[in-house]
Amino acid sequence: MKNFTKFTGVIAALTLVSACATSSGPDVDATAGAGTNAGAGPTGPVPGTQGDLENSAGHRVFFAYDQYTLTPQAQATLARQAAWLQEYPETRIKLAGNCDERGTREYNLALGARRAEAARSYLVSLGVSANRITTVSYGKERPIATGSNEQAWAQNRNATTTIESVGS
Amino acid sequence: MHRIFTALIAAFALSIGGTAQARISIDITQGNVEPMPIAVPNFLGGDDSARQLGVDITEVLMNDLERSGLFQVIDQRAYIEEPMVNARPTFANWRIINAQVLVVGEVEELGDGRIQVSTRIWDVTSDEQLGAVAYKTPADNWRRASHKVADFIYKTLTGEDGYFDTRVVFIHETGPKENRNKRLMIMDQDGANPVPLTDGLNYKALTPRFSPTQQQITYMALFDNRPGQVYLFNIETGEQEPLGTFRGMTFAPRFSPDGREVLMSIERGGNSDVFKMDLATRRLTRLTDNPAIDVSPSMSPDGRRITFASDRGGSQQIYVMNADGSNQKRITFGQGRYQTPVWSPRGDLIAFTRQYRGRFYIGVIRPDGTGERLLTESYLDEGPTWSPNGRVLMFFREPRPGAGSSLWSVDLTGRNLRRVRTPGDASDPAWSPMLP
Repeated sequence: MKNFTKFTGVIAALTLVSACATSSGPDVDATAGAGTNAGAGPTGPVPGTQGDLENSAGHRVFFAYDQYTLTPQAQATLARQAAWLQEYPETRIKLAGNCDERGTREYNLALGARRAEAARSYLVSLGVSANRITTVSYGKERPIATGSNEQAWAQNRNATTTIESVGS
Repeated sequence: MHRIFTALIAAFALSIGGTAQARISIDITQGNVEPMPIAVPNFLGGDDSARQLGVDITEVLMNDLERSGLFQVIDQRAYIEEPMVNARPTFANWRIINAQVLVVGEVEELGDGRIQVSTRIWDVTSDEQLGAVAYKTPADNWRRASHKVADFIYKTLTGEDGYFDTRVVFIHETGPKENRNKRLMIMDQDGANPVPLTDGLNYKALTPRFSPTQQQITYMALFDNRPGQVYLFNIETGEQEPLGTFRGMTFAPRFSPDGREVLMSIERGGNSDVFKMDLATRRLTRLTDNPAIDVSPSMSPDGRRITFASDRGGSQQIYVMNADGSNQKRITFGQGRYQTPVWSPRGDLIAFTRQYRGRFYIGVIRPDGTGERLLTESYLDEGPTWSPNGRVLMFFREPRPGAGSSLWSVDLTGRNLRRVRTPGDASDPAWSPMLP
């Protein structure tokens, strides 16, 4: 898990180079969210951005094979996300459920929806307003680790939080 | 595609010397049938261009017959005679090279841009004509004429409809594994004439399925920032539309055998159940109401029952229910996971994907849960689709971890496993009905 956090850090750093540093406001492109790091000094990402969420809370929770129950670590991550979201009450997020490649396409779409919903309802139980969260399932279509081994599959079984918009 | 063939024209003498009484035949229900040795000399033509068409048609025809696994096409270099379509061949010339059946054909250019392809099938062991057929069609449609001839031979020798004059819609995959481009593509059953259908769209197309009655496809569009939705796509016009507006994800669509309904899963609050939608009224009927995942519905050809996959018993298994959702019964009890059940167009079998100890299998089982047979195995074999005659399955395979996925076909014996030619990586095949 530690290694993986490092791995996303590298991706974020790479994204900096091409991303626009001035994007902010409601039209912020969530997919380039890590790029808002570009405006940050040596102290870290700009508060309230995707990079900030990833640094201070973590934006992914992981699941066991063919499971959608939240592990204690996943609950801890979501609790940090909920606290972070309380600080930025205008921010809306997307929760994407993902699966490893060891299942059929259709079942994994359903399982990904379960995982996104598990994360969503936990955030809601911690006081995050339901209308700030949209959920989506990518099934096995969007792996973050491209290997075909247990380590890669474990990373790909996740629910990923992405900032959709930062203000009203 | 319509009215493109005129079959069995009167000008072609359907029988030469003697009655056509089939003595030789292939029983394709037998598990381990030896391929029938068949001779297919190049179809003749009156001039160079007709002769060239004859060679091309024969090549497509031989490929169809060979790939079916039911025929062994004897090497043309062994042939001693160049038989004419309207004359009796010298049967001894074909017996001596161990042929059991001889196919003789001719291509004639009709002068109006059309060709006539005439074919005669001979039983070499009994010196009898088994059948004769002629098709008139535009010259550039010669490939379909070949497939029609192959279907005629198949039907003459097996007594069952063929599947060669059909198409396959599938997902063409490009790009990095983290975010593949997935587009609809359609091609002939033998891999010829691949045509992209959804180029330039900004979403992934998944799990296309053919309408059994129209030139129409249903598939799932997977979006980046909102739940995926089931779409309808008209192959002839290129028009498409989402099948309703849903808050949750809609997926795993499949037409009913009469083409009037689409079965699918709808996700609400994380839970997926099976529904059916009437295409004319867009009225939705819930068929399952279970806290477990219910996916991949497929209707029996008589429209009375539906098979689907559910993990309500703890792991994914196959279930069968009445078409109104009543009487839901589990039919698989083996180890591992059973998924993607698809009812055969013949009604006798349900094909599925089974996952067991890290391997994936394509198999078939009777709707009452007996007679399970596994036909294929690899790192990932998934998503079977039936040929319209219910004798062949196509599916996609990732043979090794990290290898791209490709299309494969296998017959019900499991012995005739063939890779299907596609332009690049391919997945999610769906077989069309016989073309009109």
